[in-house]
Amino acid sequence: MSGDAGTFAAAFANLPDYLGWHVLLSVSAILIGVAISLPLAILCVRSPLLRASALGLASAIQTVPSLALLALFYPLLLALSAFTRASFGIGFRALGFLPALAALTLYSMLPVLRNTIAGIDGVDPAVKTAARGVGMTSRQSLWIVELPLAAPVILAGIRTAAAWVIGTATLSTPVGQTSLGNYIFSGLQTENWIYVLFGCAAAAALALIVDRLLALAEDGVVKRSKARLLASVVGLLIVVGASLFPLFASAGGKPIVVGTKSFEEQYILGALIEDRLRDAGFQTTRRDGLGSTVIFDALASGDVDVYVDYSGTVWADDMKRTNLPGRQVVLREMAAWLERTHGIGYAGPLGFENAYAFAMRRDRADALHIDTLADLAARAPQMKIGGDYEIFTRPEWRAVERAYGLKFGVERQYQANFMYRAVASGDVDVISAFSSDGRIAEYDLKVLSDPKGALPPYDAVLLVSPQHAKDAALIAALMPLVHALDLRTMQRANLAADRAIDKRTPDDIARGLDVEIGTRAMKR
Amino acid sequence: MIELRELSKSYPARGPAVRGLNLTVASGEFLVLAGPSGCGKTTTLTMINRLTEPSSGTVLVDGVDARSTDPVALRRRIGFVFQDIGLFPHLNVAENAGIVLRLLGKSPAEIGARVDELLALVQLPAQEFRDVFPAALSGGQRQRVGVARALAASPRIMLMDEPFGAIDPITRDGLASDYRQIHERLGLTTILVTHDMTEAILLADRIALMREGRLVQVGTTNELISAPADDFVRAMMESPRRRSEALASALRAGSRA
Repeated sequence: MSGDAGTFAAAFANLPDYLGWHVLLSVSAILIGVAISLPLAILCVRSPLLRASALGLASAIQTVPSLALLALFYPLLLALSAFTRASFGIGFRALGFLPALAALTLYSMLPVLRNTIAGIDGVDPAVKTAARGVGMTSRQSLWIVELPLAAPVILAGIRTAAAWVIGTATLSTPVGQTSLGNYIFSGLQTENWIYVLFGCAAAAALALIVDRLLALAEDGVVKRSKARLLASVVGLLIVVGASLFPLFASAGGKPIVVGTKSFEEQYILGALIEDRLRDAGFQTTRRDGLGSTVIFDALASGDVDVYVDYSGTVWADDMKRTNLPGRQVVLREMAAWLERTHGIGYAGPLGFENAYAFAMRRDRADALHIDTLADLAARAPQMKIGGDYEIFTRPEWRAVERAYGLKFGVERQYQANFMYRAVASGDVDVISAFSSDGRIAEYDLKVLSDPKGALPPYDAVLLVSPQHAKDAALIAALMPLVHALDLRTMQRANLAADRAIDKRTPDDIARGLDVEIGTRAMKR
Repeated sequence: MIELRELSKSYPARGPAVRGLNLTVASGEFLVLAGPSGCGKTTTLTMINRLTEPSSGTVLVDGVDARSTDPVALRRRIGFVFQDIGLFPHLNVAENAGIVLRLLGKSPAEIGARVDELLALVQLPAQEFRDVFPAALSGGQRQRVGVARALAASPRIMLMDEPFGAIDPITRDGLASDYRQIHERLGLTTILVTHDMTEAILLADRIALMREGRLVQVGTTNELISAPADDFVRAMMESPRRRSEALASALRAGSRA
């Protein structure tokens, strides 16, 4: 149980940062949402045409899956930022706070819009006629009669919006905004269920407290109790103030942003880079769990300063190259291309590859006499393949399909952890594994060889944003990591994060690696 | 003085509601606008303070064309009492009664003093009722507040749309006669709409009888009874007496049984 206690301690240590951002994001989204929805709803009450279009649009937004809505704002803001930079010389960060804020603001609008309209519509017509009859202008009728009478319904709408926003804000982690979702996403990736539960519980507790306080305000309005209203406002201010305090208390210079993609190896490497930079006296912050194209664009635009990518990914996704001239040539041409087209700095390779590797259970592969991808092709139509969320749409997959004429009976997509379990349990026959994954050895999987050389090399490489490409101190701080991690070391580190028993946190593993690298460097 | 000249209102869906109505109400007069449901009497009343805009014709209030007056200012100058009372449920008795004064920008002290006067006028002790919300009042008490609200800005003219229709019979009689006294005391010009001919006869200086959007006859009770313009007027004017005779005979029959 000491391991669990350690995990809890680690979770609590992150709470001020995660909670602070979560509250800042939610409160901003709700305030802006209400500031837009209230006046819009008032206009809607007077104009049937506007009402139909505004409610229609808000409902349509609500049907977009929340994660997709958050993700859509990134390219949108990126294009906008490029435009403003070109037109006015001022760009802004397209990753992190802004896309999350924009999506959550949209989400908060429907309940406020709908309830405000319903609340004003619901005011007794006799009372509205009386308001006109005693000589109120339509504005006076709105402010003195209709809005106060609609207030409980409007507040109920704000309550709904707050609950939705606080819940959905956990999804802002993948667009690079720190939130309580960081617990959930990193916990899900590393199968750290304590983290997942911690994140869920923290978000639920926050939503519940805010909901109760807003209910108190609603009650205060209905019962005309100024004391309740005041208690609610004070309570909300305390919650928001206490959550935000650590954020502003710790604000210093502009930190170096270390980015990670959404799997264990990346979390470990992110922590390792952060440790290195902190040792060298840099302030750092993390943007965890970013999508693989998102993170490259983020580096190019300076939203992320350092991260580890893989040469084959850059080669195929960003350079759109399909030929495979060999591992060293790929590295060389990639470095030149990064510098030339984006001004991105290349610090060097870490020393291991995390390549796509098609793997089967050893007993099954041996029984079927399958050693290579060519052997696999003959059996593929009767087989099921499991892949991660990306593989089947990636150029590597098409290259392998073309080279070997692979055609599987069934293709399934899994979150990485479940993919390994699926092949181990026989749910699928083959998986698109990753060569640095510790679970290949743990589950005794056989990696099929690629005699035609259809799969590109995937050297782990350290990339630096254009702003810091010439930052000698930063590059120097990163240099000890170059060529410092061989495949076996990385597999062991990954397994320590993946395994069910004696699981360790990425931060903990990174500290171990740091010591190992340091010792090795001293021996050299 | 209120003059209605060739006043008409027709709605796209329902057709004409009021047709070419001519009527003059003198200052200080208590005129009852009576007739069966749907005869256009409420429409006529609401055209006077422009809650309803006429399709054609003219309303003159103290000689000034209502169309040339800002409707909001016009309504603040004319008291209006609604059939369904329409008190503001989120405001207490004092705030309801003083609302027009608040709209006119009077000071809180001024409003407070005037509200006390008004509540005394409608016989609701200020001490007891000032802070009470409408939900806690009886129907009769609510309409007393409704009358106080209409009187707040000291209007010379009061328009009342079946003001006692929604109130139980016993309270209704007291409220009606109390209002008639206020009318006298303040020298108001009142136009009251009702379909209850007994109420009309008891309250009115003159009765204007309407049918199907037209004004059939105007006159004192005696004029209408002694020289009815047609069978409709005769039937309307006789109905209270017929009812009381029927009532008396029913009571006699009941006492014999």
